[in-house]
Amino acid sequence: MKQEKEVLKLDQLCVHFPVRGGVFRRAIGSCRAVDGVSLSIKRGQTFGLVGESGCGKSTLAKSIVGLVTPTSGSIFFQGNELNSNLLTPEYRKSVQMVFQDPFESLNARMTVGAILEEPLVIHRLCGKHERSKRVAKLLKQVGLPESAAKRYPFEFSGGQRQRIGVARALALEPELLVLDEPVSALDVSVQSQVLNLLMDLQDQLGLTYFLIAHDLAVVRHISDVIAVMYLGKIVEVGPAKDIYANPVHAYTKALLSSIPIPDPSAKKKRILIPGDVPSPINPPKGCAFGNRMNSPNYLTSVDQELKMEKVGAGHWVLACPCCVHL
Amino acid sequence: MRDKQDSQALLKVRDLSVSFTTDEGEVEALDRVSFDIARGEILGLVGESGCGKSVSAFSVMRLLPRPMGRITNGKILLDTKDLLTLTKEEIRKIRGKEIGMIFQEPMNALNPVKKIGEQIAEVFLLHQGVSHRQALDLAIGMLDEVGISDPANRALEYPHQLSGGMRQRVVIAMALACKPKLIIADEPTTALDVTVQAQILDLLQNLQKKNGSSILLITHDLGVIAENCDQVCVMYAGRIVERASVQTLFKNPIHAYTRGLMASIPRMDGIPKNKLMTIPGIVPALSQLDQGCRFAPRSGLSHPVNSLQRRPPFKEVASGHWVEACPVCTKI
Ligand SMILES: Nc1ncnc2c1ncn2[C@@H]1O[C@H](COP(=O)(O)OP(=O)(O)OP(=O)(O)O)[C@@H](O)[C@H]1O
Ligand SMILES: Nc1ncnc2c1ncn2[C@@H]1O[C@H](COP(=O)(O)OP(=O)(O)OP(=O)(O)O)[C@@H](O)[C@H]1O
Ligand SMILES: [Mg+2]
Ligand SMILES: [Mg+2]
Repeated sequence: MKQEKEVLKLDQLCVHFPVRGGVFRRAIGSCRAVDGVSLSIKRGQTFGLVGESGCGKSTLAKSIVGLVTPTSGSIFFQGNELNSNLLTPEYRKSVQMVFQDPFESLNARMTVGAILEEPLVIHRLCGKHERSKRVAKLLKQVGLPESAAKRYPFEFSGGQRQRIGVARALALEPELLVLDEPVSALDVSVQSQVLNLLMDLQDQLGLTYFLIAHDLAVVRHISDVIAVMYLGKIVEVGPAKDIYANPVHAYTKALLSSIPIPDPSAKKKRILIPGDVPSPINPPKGCAFGNRMNSPNYLTSVDQELKMEKVGAGHWVLACPCCVHL
Repeated sequence: MRDKQDSQALLKVRDLSVSFTTDEGEVEALDRVSFDIARGEILGLVGESGCGKSVSAFSVMRLLPRPMGRITNGKILLDTKDLLTLTKEEIRKIRGKEIGMIFQEPMNALNPVKKIGEQIAEVFLLHQGVSHRQALDLAIGMLDEVGISDPANRALEYPHQLSGGMRQRVVIAMALACKPKLIIADEPTTALDVTVQAQILDLLQNLQKKNGSSILLITHDLGVIAENCDQVCVMYAGRIVERASVQTLFKNPIHAYTRGLMASIPRMDGIPKNKLMTIPGIVPALSQLDQGCRFAPRSGLSHPVNSLQRRPPFKEVASGHWVEACPVCTKI
């Protein structure tokens, strides 16, 4: 494997939201949405992030693009540490986000052309004439006709709107695209069009992707590295093929076994996870998944500080006594 | 075989057409849809957004939004009763008792200001003529049955105090309270996590087997279809284009749309980063539907004039395997 440059590194990143209650709306606890996440993304890679609803995926994504401020920890972009309050214009240009819902994330009152020009205007990047040339090029890149510039978002289908969302993210020629469930709202036949587009753009432009998706088959298809998140923490990370072929953490195994397989003759050994996705507000001590599974070893995890351990090339797992048997 | 199945069918939908009055005039959301559900069978209805899955379900329950939506043609027989000829009062007695319903968004089915135990108890009060005390006990029993721990205390909680997965369990408890013969589940797990989805589908299957009921399971997830259904109908633009047993449909899909749908999903055993197959274009708007083969514009195959003008016949190509026989879209 060639050594590629690291684009993004997170070190022990935490995002804790205060939970208020009582008559005086005092902070009575905290929601540990992202709780000590470290990861590293190499140039040209697709880094896939999976995990249950509420485990902190979107919060992590937002902290990368600067939409929420981390409580602690650091973000390094191309080797330089960012001061979270002072995201440089350069960084804001280089890291762009595509949202899940192509219906809500586009301003309905603006033409597609104006939507695509907006980031160029904000960053004062080029003159008027140059801008409309950029818009035409962007539309072409995402497979929409030039005439689309004069139309409004509501005139487009879901898949087309998501193309517009991708085009807007590309306007500033970013290095890293943060894609939060980019195809979840789309029909399967349209989903594959958008996934193909993302793969093509990555080839052509050498983009790096941080991709969140709850469809594990989608993540597997386009990711190089996959991280599995549970209740604010990454419990396993590694090359995509290793995560799917040799999951180590009990949660990863259960998650993979829950995927419905579109083949009626497939033999499945499902690991049913009892109970509900836990709340990151006052999470259990020790291993959160062991707690949910009523694992006999759970109590032994309570007093330990859980650490990532290496189980293969680039393959790491949060070594806890109840969920990992090495 | 087919005849035998026919007479045993619990639900028979025949040539069902539904129209909506919209700003753009009258649009037809269902065009002569027919399907059967046998006793104890799970029939899957799959297709992309807007193809008419929910409209089919709402029609069976006689819950189409009025006055915009109208059934313009067809019959819906539950056993021997034609649901379309029943009065409002009669159909209300059937809903909840003979047909149970589960929807995608459990919050829509639950009353936010009523304790969940009371809500389930209401179903018993309405259909079984029991006392309030008895109804509450039965409700607690149902909560237990759908896997909610500490049911007596949980019964006192309000919907907002529960997680999405638990709410859906409560809705299932309500839907199954009277052991209905038919359960209509419209995207029951689409709003849930895969892990919770696995729990809920497992629960639904267990209860279905125990009660011997039939399920109409609506989803756009081919994985959910493959793992839960006996028979499958594939819908496209207001019509059923293919119907077969789940084994046959996945092994030997015939209609170009079914094949396109199956080829465009990334598979867990596929080659990563390979180009996925796509179905070009988008699902057509209801106001722009043709009489002939509706998949023609997206099929990438040139169609002779007659299959564009006239609806291809629904043909049985092998025992129990039916397909809308457009000569172009069914040529493999
Ligand atoms: N601004 C906020 N204030 C307080 N709590 C928040 C805020 N944003 C998110 N949270 C909480 O943080 C946790 C993580 O939420 P997040 O949206 O990151 O989850 P997610 O993994 O993206 O889930 P989903 O798959 O449902 O999108 C949740 O418990 C959520 O309620
Ligand atoms: N009240 C209504 N007025 C006008 N058109 C309607 C109405 N309800 C449904 N339709 C139309 O009927 C068609 C079928 O809708 P339906 O809700 O059955 O789709 P579906 O297959 O359930 O899709 P989804 O997967 O998005 O739930 C759609 O094109 C929709 O726009
Ligand atoms: Mg999210
Ligand atoms: Mg629907």
